[in-house]
Amino acid sequence: MDINELRSIVTVVSLLTFLGIVWWAYGVKGNKARFEEAAMLPFTDEEADRAELGLDRNGQRKAS
Amino acid sequence: MSVTQSTYNYKVVRQFTVMTVVWGIVGMLVGVIIAAQLVWPELNFGPYLHFGRLRPLHTNAVIFAFGGCALFATSYYVVQRTCHARIFSDGLAAFTFWGWQLVIVLAAITLPLGMTQGKEYAELEWPIDLLIAVVWVAYAVVFFGTIVKRKVTHIYVANWFYGGFILAVALLHIVNSAAIPVSPTKSYSAYAGVQDAMVQWWYGHNAVGFFLTAGFLGMMYYFVPKQAGRPIYSYRLSVVHFWALIFTYMWAGPHHLHYTALPDWTQSVGMLFSLILLAPSWGGMINGVMTLSGAWHKLRDDPILKFLITSLSFYGMSTFEGPMMAIKTVNALSHYTDWTIGHVHSGALGWVAMISIGSVYYLVPRLFGKPEMFSVKLITVHFWVATIGVVLYIASMWISGVMQGLMWRAVNADGTLTYSFVESVKASYPFWAIRFLGGVLFLTGMLIMAYNMVKTIAGGRTVDDALVLQPAAQHA
Repeated sequence: MDINELRSIVTVVSLLTFLGIVWWAYGVKGNKARFEEAAMLPFTDEEADRAELGLDRNGQRKAS
Repeated sequence: MSVTQSTYNYKVVRQFTVMTVVWGIVGMLVGVIIAAQLVWPELNFGPYLHFGRLRPLHTNAVIFAFGGCALFATSYYVVQRTCHARIFSDGLAAFTFWGWQLVIVLAAITLPLGMTQGKEYAELEWPIDLLIAVVWVAYAVVFFGTIVKRKVTHIYVANWFYGGFILAVALLHIVNSAAIPVSPTKSYSAYAGVQDAMVQWWYGHNAVGFFLTAGFLGMMYYFVPKQAGRPIYSYRLSVVHFWALIFTYMWAGPHHLHYTALPDWTQSVGMLFSLILLAPSWGGMINGVMTLSGAWHKLRDDPILKFLITSLSFYGMSTFEGPMMAIKTVNALSHYTDWTIGHVHSGALGWVAMISIGSVYYLVPRLFGKPEMFSVKLITVHFWVATIGVVLYIASMWISGVMQGLMWRAVNADGTLTYSFVESVKASYPFWAIRFLGGVLFLTGMLIMAYNMVKTIAGGRTVDDALVLQPAAQHA
């Protein structure tokens, strides 16, 4: 096979892969929930946030 | 919670965060010096401090020292926090810190001495290139090792961007730095002629696309939601945003070589993909800005959010300007003029520096156990000083760039050039003076930040007790 045919095939496959990703992100109903779950990841460790800022569980500044 | 529970490694984050500010000041100071040299040529001292030697020092310092440290700091912080895992290897992470600082110091020594491979943004000679490769592989091991250790099912989108940036930069650096050494301080590129030029700008533009964009988008996807206190506007859009950038950026490099010996079709492909890039770039910008929708009031009194959101506005501006400049006919006017410098700084100061500054202001109090920065008012001052600085910088460069392009192409009725080159230099002086002023303002902002940081650190404690907790909502 000519190398240029291979290059054309790779380009077309890349485009189809990308369109597949778009469909996977927007078209698959079941993914909506998992994406919403993933979006909350920065907010799942509030405990560490409080430790960083020197606050106790009620959001008050620790006495130390 | 047991006593033996693991904590997050904040030591390496702290080190990189502090050095971000330090190298930011150094790199921008060199930038202000070379801006002054253009206005007052008498400031070009000796061979070592000449514009030609200091200019690569400026670019290397701001991109790889300032930007690099900001990326290391935030990626190590974000990957630990969103994976609920301590960093993969403390020793290897410490190695990346000291290794990277050594690279920066070696750059600061060799570039003024004139040791260079002559490739823009890849000037460092081969022994330093080898060191960079080793440090970078260690970085990849630490980062991906932490992702493997994660206690949650998902890999948060910010980590996708950081991961893409780490892999792509490794590939770019190793391919473009291939060289044949003739002595410890001199080497010649492994490629020749137009192939060498194409490899260089494949590297050069993807350094912009992955080092200066994907990495900082990782920052955006964590710190904007955190500071705004609400999740990203659309997670699905972020998935498409990521893959669209990955599929298109690699092809845009030829727009740096319009009207050169590069085959015409390659230039056209580069132009087309640069135009396509507008879509994912703006998708990402809208995703970041719209995260604030319904909470715009936060922008009024939170200077950290001001930095983050303004950086996205500059990102949107420069990713609109970039594709326009990649169009061949526009490029015929803009190439080799100050317009390019203005475009780069609208991205570098407006986007990269401002999102880094916002993220550092977020991190510093948290790494030193303070509820907030020493002075929130000074963050606001920094914001306005920096914004005015950027606007002066890019507006002056637009005017001088377009003026230079028009003067260079102007011809008389008999076909001779209307202006000699030196006439365009003379006409540029006032704008170079305004650019110098803009640079001074931006540097002043960084000095205000350094003062604020030192005052925040003073009397603080080094936070090493942030516990790694099993996330409440989900289990691996």
